Amino acid sequence: MSDIGFPILSLLLAVPLVGAAVCLFVGASAARLVALLATLINFVIGIVLWASYDPAGAQWQFVERADIFGPFSYALGIDGIALMLIMLTVFLMPICIGASWNAIAKRVPEYMSAFLFMETLVIGVFAAQDIFLFYIFFEAGLIPMYLIIGIWGGQDRIYAAYKFFLYTLLGSVLMLIAILWMVRAAGTAAIPELMVYDFAPQAQTWLWLAFFASFAVKMPMWPVHTWLPDAHVQAPTAGSVILAGVLLKLGGYGMLRFSLPMFPEASAQFMWLIFGLSMVAVVYTSLVALVQQDMKKLIAYSSVAHMAIVTVGLFAFNQQGLEGSIILMLSHGLVSGALFLCVGVVYDRLHTREISRYGGLSINMPTYAVFFLLFTMASIGLPGTSGFVGEFLALAGTYQASTWAALICTTGIILGAAYSLYLYRRVAFGEQKNVDAAAMSDLSMRELWLLAPLAGAALWMGIYPESFLQPIRRDVSMIVERIDRAKPASDSQLVENVGWTERFRTVREEHHENTAAGGAH
Amino acid sequence: MDYGQSLLITLPEIILSIGGLVLLLVAAWSGAKATRAVSISAVALLVAAGVATLCYTGDAFGALYSGDQFSDFGHVLIYIAAAISLMIAPRFFQRAGLARAEYPILILYACVGMGMMVSATDFLTLYIGLELNSLAAYVLASFLRTDERSAEAGLKYFVLGALASGILLFGMSLVYGFTGSTSFVAVLGSLGGGMETGALFGIVFVLAGLAFKISAVPFHMWTPDVYEGAPTPVTAFFASAPKVAATALTVRVAVDAFGTQTLAWQQIIIFIALASIILGGVAAIGQTNLKRLLAYSSINNIGFLLIGLAAGTQEGISAVLVYLSIYVAMTLGSFACIMQLRGPDGEPREELSDIAGLSQTNKGLALAMAIFMFSLAGIPPLFGFWGKVVVFDAAIGAGLLPLAVIGIAASVIGAFYYIKIVKLMYFDESRTVLQTGDGKALAWIGAIMALLVSPLGYFSIPLLGGFANNAASALF
Repeated sequence: MSDIGFPILSLLLAVPLVGAAVCLFVGASAARLVALLATLINFVIGIVLWASYDPAGAQWQFVERADIFGPFSYALGIDGIALMLIMLTVFLMPICIGASWNAIAKRVPEYMSAFLFMETLVIGVFAAQDIFLFYIFFEAGLIPMYLIIGIWGGQDRIYAAYKFFLYTLLGSVLMLIAILWMVRAAGTAAIPELMVYDFAPQAQTWLWLAFFASFAVKMPMWPVHTWLPDAHVQAPTAGSVILAGVLLKLGGYGMLRFSLPMFPEASAQFMWLIFGLSMVAVVYTSLVALVQQDMKKLIAYSSVAHMAIVTVGLFAFNQQGLEGSIILMLSHGLVSGALFLCVGVVYDRLHTREISRYGGLSINMPTYAVFFLLFTMASIGLPGTSGFVGEFLALAGTYQASTWAALICTTGIILGAAYSLYLYRRVAFGEQKNVDAAAMSDLSMRELWLLAPLAGAALWMGIYPESFLQPIRRDVSMIVERIDRAKPASDSQLVENVGWTERFRTVREEHHENTAAGGAH
Repeated sequence: MDYGQSLLITLPEIILSIGGLVLLLVAAWSGAKATRAVSISAVALLVAAGVATLCYTGDAFGALYSGDQFSDFGHVLIYIAAAISLMIAPRFFQRAGLARAEYPILILYACVGMGMMVSATDFLTLYIGLELNSLAAYVLASFLRTDERSAEAGLKYFVLGALASGILLFGMSLVYGFTGSTSFVAVLGSLGGGMETGALFGIVFVLAGLAFKISAVPFHMWTPDVYEGAPTPVTAFFASAPKVAATALTVRVAVDAFGTQTLAWQQIIIFIALASIILGGVAAIGQTNLKRLLAYSSINNIGFLLIGLAAGTQEGISAVLVYLSIYVAMTLGSFACIMQLRGPDGEPREELSDIAGLSQTNKGLALAMAIFMFSLAGIPPLFGFWGKVVVFDAAIGAGLLPLAVIGIAASVIGAFYYIKIVKLMYFDESRTVLQTGDGKALAWIGAIMALLVSPLGYFSIPLLGGFANNAASALF
């Protein structure tokens, strides 16, 4: 227990859980208020958590431990990476509740309850320090998400719910077997201890594959990504936001926490598998996104492409790649969440997600068009927005590992610009050819309040990313140090590590000399 | 041989037998009026027998009967399951016009048989216990005399049960012939130094007979028909107590009698475990009757139990016992939920389509049912997950990694139909409005079982694990 005298992480878990229980026993409007209140309280606790986190302090802070479950313990604690992802969760949750304020009309108490339960589970995944506890939180998320998609989803919700559930379950059960084996081999279930335990390289291969089966589905990586577009299209708006914003980060978090530090040799061995799948994903899903007629599907495919850049960054085996991937995960959480909200705004008015049913919205919905443009640009990775920082760092890291992977993944940025701008042009610009779309009203106060914080956060992360990089830097460097012994050879021929200013100076002096020589000529 | 001591150790069986006889006389004289009193007394007798079990430990009558901690664990679990089956029954039989005192008495006799099964340390005790239980069970299955399906269930159960008993007996005679004894200890000793082919045949036949009793694939065919045809409280009973008894018996035979020939039976158990998991999952997908579906679910669960046995270690046996306890809670809870479903005419409903939209008409019932289904599917944070963890952990500990991987991957098949039930209750619109709720007993039992398998169950892990470890250590 480092800094504050009470179990703040347990509190973070308990508030939504209590809220979820209360929601079940009250009416619709009360349930909305309870849910909003609980998520806002959690957001405040989250800010306290961030404020009292000491980036230079112990690696694991706010540690709690109680041996009440026999073979495994209730052990919580976070490092900087977990802190950032918890912040993302508590930040997005009130927005999700706000987004479902009017859009969800049937069975509101159960809906709110499922969302709050979800929040507890996700925070639990990031905060768990016991591997069984982690698995319980990780898997349990299936239940509320299954219900959210299945009850409040669109037309084909049942197919999507089944697909989501069974796909992710099959991925995870293999991980369970690996976990059981690891706990036996290492003699401990504590994640911090497992992170520094050296498994035999031969065993690592299998363990890595078992974990990969689970994380690749959650991530999702090509070719096991197909549940995502279905789930996204069918889920209600807030469901999509939480799915894209938080749940997709579980896979990346798992790779950071388990695959890399626990199995460095296997990670190196499979680096090209990851790179290969990611390269295919970036190009293929971007092309698929280009031809989508459904807005949500388009954003869903763009999520797969962005996540592929995250995975190459993670397996670049260097500081920049990892930092960039984490920032890209945070950025994607904000931006794709915001884009889904933008779709939700027009969907609530016209009840269709078909792109061709809209057009010229910048005329009748100027404020909306501004926000939509901002988030589109952030998704493309325009400098000054959060997307740029993440993508640039991740790709710069990838370049150090493999120039080819970096080259191909960078085309994803170009294709990303293509499909994003194409979407924006068809929705916001052009003629107002649909009368009903032209009659839609601009953002309401509630919608403005949902989008504005996201816009603020995306800009903050783009303009001053140091606030987000500082807490994770030490933890990332520890991972990099740990995996350094297995680092694969790279094909990039980097110049000697000269500081930027110095390098600039050398170049300028050379230039000077040249001109001086030219003058004397 | 000290008879006094032996009688004390077999006290639970004595209490139940004599108590059952007395109750039978009461029932004979006062007819249907006494049904309620007899039911209550039967529960009281079960409690008394449970206490008696825990009071005395040791071997009785030479090496015929053992009152060790393993048998204590089995006894208590069986008595709890039987008592619950008694508590959920009265309303059901009243409505069918068959509220008779024979039901509790037959359950008591089945319990005597099951008690002997888990305590048997000799093939003869084993057989007598098994038959005593089975005879009571055949009658129970056809208890609804007026219902054709019930009569069919009873007959089917009887014919196939008799066949299985024959197989078992044949196996026992082979084992006896090749080892020269029916006592587990003696069999263990004489199998120790290598085994003749005849004895191997004996082991195979004994295991086949027992596989029938626990309804493991490929001896499972009777299960769906009997589960569907038998009156629902009886089905709940079949799915819980006799499963405990037969599994515990199989474990004891495998470890205590054939423990020196682990390799001979391990591959058989591995095969039937995987076959049960896969078939129990696949065959359930097309079912439209809830009771039939739960029959396949029980086959599926037996597969997971047998994975713990396949490990053959003390840890594996302990895992089997933990899984059994959780399974009993889940299955009794599911049946308590199903029994609350009645159509507008008051008749019990048990079709899958009947529960469509249940979450809108009866929130509590749908929630409890959803908890049981997710728990049976082994999804955390529900307690059914823990059962799976311990058996697979034991399998990994015994070096059976491929078994664990295949088994857990196949568990996803089963998950499909469990979440299908949740889908029906939560995603679909209701077609028929059901009258739900049927007395306080069912609601309370459903609620208590739901709490046990909810995440709160994790707090019981140290306690349950401790008991199971003690019980398992008695076998080694």
